[in-house]
Amino acid sequence: MALDSKIPKGPLADKWTNHKNNIDLVNPANKRNIDVIVVGTGLAGGSAAATLAELGYNVKAFCFQDSPRRAHSIAAQGGINAAKNYQGDGDSTYRLFYDTVKGGDYRSREANVYRLAEVSANIIDQCVAQGVPFAREYGGLLDNRSFGGVLVSRTFYAAGQTGQQLLLGAYSAMNRQIGRGKIKMYNRHEMLDVVIVDGKARGVIVRNLVTGEIERHSAHAVVLGTGGYGNVFFLSTNAMGSNVTAAWKAHKRGAYFANPCYTQIHPTCIPVSGDHQSKLTLMSESLRNDGRIWVPKKKEDVMAIREGRLKPTQITEENRDYYLERRYPAFGNLVPRDVASRAAKERCDAGFGVNATGEAVYLDFASAIKRYGKEQAHIKGLNENDEALVKQLGQEVVKNKYGNLFQMYEKIVDQNPYETPMMIYPAVHYTMGGVWVDYNLMTTVPGLYCIGEANFSDHGANRLGASALMQGLADGYFVLPYTIGDYLADDIRTGEIPTDTKEFDEAEKQVKDNITHLINNNGSKSVDHFHKRLGKIMWNKCGMARNAKDLESAITEIAELRAEFWKDVKVPGTDLEYNEELAKALRVSDFLELGELFAKDALLREESAGGHFREEYQTQEGEALRKPEFQYVAAWEYKGEPKDAVLHKEDLVYENIKVKERSYK
Amino acid sequence: MNLTLKIWRQKNANDKGKMVDYPISDVSPDMSFLEMLDVLNESLVEKGEEPVAFDHDCREGICGMCSLYINGEAHGPDRGVTTCQLHMRMFNDGDTIYIEPFRAKAFPVIKDLIVDRGAFDRIQHAGGFISVNTSGNTIDANAIPINKEDADTAFEAATCIGCGACVATCKNSSAMLFVGAKVSQFALLPQGKVEATDRVLNMVKQMDEEGFGNCTNTGACEVECPKGISLEHIARMNREYLTASLKG
Repeated sequence: MALDSKIPKGPLADKWTNHKNNIDLVNPANKRNIDVIVVGTGLAGGSAAATLAELGYNVKAFCFQDSPRRAHSIAAQGGINAAKNYQGDGDSTYRLFYDTVKGGDYRSREANVYRLAEVSANIIDQCVAQGVPFAREYGGLLDNRSFGGVLVSRTFYAAGQTGQQLLLGAYSAMNRQIGRGKIKMYNRHEMLDVVIVDGKARGVIVRNLVTGEIERHSAHAVVLGTGGYGNVFFLSTNAMGSNVTAAWKAHKRGAYFANPCYTQIHPTCIPVSGDHQSKLTLMSESLRNDGRIWVPKKKEDVMAIREGRLKPTQITEENRDYYLERRYPAFGNLVPRDVASRAAKERCDAGFGVNATGEAVYLDFASAIKRYGKEQAHIKGLNENDEALVKQLGQEVVKNKYGNLFQMYEKIVDQNPYETPMMIYPAVHYTMGGVWVDYNLMTTVPGLYCIGEANFSDHGANRLGASALMQGLADGYFVLPYTIGDYLADDIRTGEIPTDTKEFDEAEKQVKDNITHLINNNGSKSVDHFHKRLGKIMWNKCGMARNAKDLESAITEIAELRAEFWKDVKVPGTDLEYNEELAKALRVSDFLELGELFAKDALLREESAGGHFREEYQTQEGEALRKPEFQYVAAWEYKGEPKDAVLHKEDLVYENIKVKERSYK
Repeated sequence: MNLTLKIWRQKNANDKGKMVDYPISDVSPDMSFLEMLDVLNESLVEKGEEPVAFDHDCREGICGMCSLYINGEAHGPDRGVTTCQLHMRMFNDGDTIYIEPFRAKAFPVIKDLIVDRGAFDRIQHAGGFISVNTSGNTIDANAIPINKEDADTAFEAATCIGCGACVATCKNSSAMLFVGAKVSQFALLPQGKVEATDRVLNMVKQMDEEGFGNCTNTGACEVECPKGISLEHIARMNREYLTASLKG
């Protein structure tokens, strides 16, 4: 099948408006006869479910957590971008579009990104109307801050809990519809397959995680808002339950999977402390507004720090290497995430890491505390030269801005970041790759839609900070509710989709067979054992720096590990009860397939772009070397084993932006 | 560290349940409490026993999924943290640790340490929202200036993670802090004032129907709340409720 992205004709700025004017609509009376399934209740799924229900469709929403409010969007910290230009610092729809395409290293689709920038301002209006308590200035208007890879302040925030506040906004919109009976909510239910009838997505098979029962649910369309697949690395900033299963099952049923190798390794996370580690914790990128990143200049200082003979605060300014400010003077500490992560790895690989494992750099707030303290002393007419006073005043300002993050750090690391610099290291955070969708957010399976992080469309090879929340809500509130109508307009006479058909029988049987195999396997090793081994292969061979030899061996190793998993995994308990080991086993079985495709995709892409860095393709200065012949989306079609997947290319055309070397110098 | 864990095991909602002892050795002080339970579960699986079921997801103190009543305290002995942020350095070698589910009539046990907190969702369905359409055709966000102090207080109320520690710790199993936080958030914002009367009446009615107890101002909820939600929100809800009742 040829890939048709269905990008509307006409000038970039008019595409979305023209498209909305020309697509089919479903009248309100007919919407009552149409069912839509939404899987996942994060920013994308939650906002989509609420909006579709409000429009009049009958929505069934599913989440594996005990409440839709717990979806992992809740953990997003720093903020949400919008081209409001409230600060009057030169922002515009075009500039947000430009920054996002450039930030994505020219590997995203122009029309989608422009639409995202276009609807971004509306998101803020919508959220404020819903009662989302964004940070405000003393005049009562909304405050902004800056994020990596941009030169304006367009990020709206609610302390370090922006994701929480936005998700609770979407959750409240859902609650209103659940109360009205327009959304039927299924908590603690996990989607295990999508059901295709006559070539169209018409339902899902889910497992009730409390009783273990397998259920069939039908609808006229299915929407996946099931998040990213960072947990293929075992250790990531994702929640423990975050998984690829829904997206992967869709892939196995015909949805192409695009650019799986585009993974974002976030530069500011708390370093790994030991083998018991179950997940990694992010320290918001917003900290780079005020924190300065450095390592010692001298190796002997590094050794002294590692051995506990020297404290970071004892190292004088001239002996510190603020390497981001040194290498990238224009953007300094606010370079994009991929650049900041690679720079940290470069310093640590060179032997300048500042903890026992050698994998940590400092994020230091001392200068910010001093700067804010002086400002406060000046405002209050106090002595600007009183160091203790300035420090105290400065710490108060920093506490107001980042208090919850500092507290989180202190609880985990047991060090006070107001007094000593934080230690940070890059960790897997976000996946730009995902299910391929066209301009309407429909996958290659008719009637199957994919929104938010689960799709691939807007961030290219690297996502800019505060853009994930923007995309999730744009897709769910403002894009999908229009585009899905165009498809559903043909279904007004279809009537309810029956679930007692051979297609549902077949899908359910496959799910049950898998479960029966796992429960009766009687192997010798736990699910986590396999998941951790997969994570090690991924991190070592498909991580921050990749090369052909490692990727080839990763493909073989993952296939072998998968075979071993099915033979030797041990799942205690039974299928008809609450059984977390079984739920985990089903998720890991899909990660074991995705991982192989991931490595295959990374091997194909003989260039470096954004989060995908191939050691063979770099400039003399060690920057990513992009190649024009790879200016396409790699969309993979499932053909049995992941390594046999067939490549389809969607060429990326840039008519409104000049493709050039991405420089932050 | 070597520890003795006394853990509540209950096969399902109908099972009576009991405390079971589990010795655990070589616990690192840098582990989180849940990572310690991961280690225990890994060893149980290896022995062919059923692992201990507990709720958890984000493991960074924000999703509100984790619970646990540890040595008689919701989310354990540390302050301002959820169980997933609690670290083993809070305990000493040789300690015995009691681990129970959040107990309340309105939170029935599903299995072991997992409880059903659906009652919280149902209270939100009754009124935890502002009735605006999600069309985006609202007024410009800066058309409604909001006093910074009110906006900040509304935000503090809105940081509730819905974990249920307030209910678990209250001798009456009251949900007043949880409900008060939501009512308060909207009561402080001009956008929320329009429906204030119905909201507080409907949410309180649902709270009572779910079987939560009453508030007797002991303040234990505020102490155990991992997000430090203040009792002032209960007071504000009471004022809102009184005003709404008089309007009737």
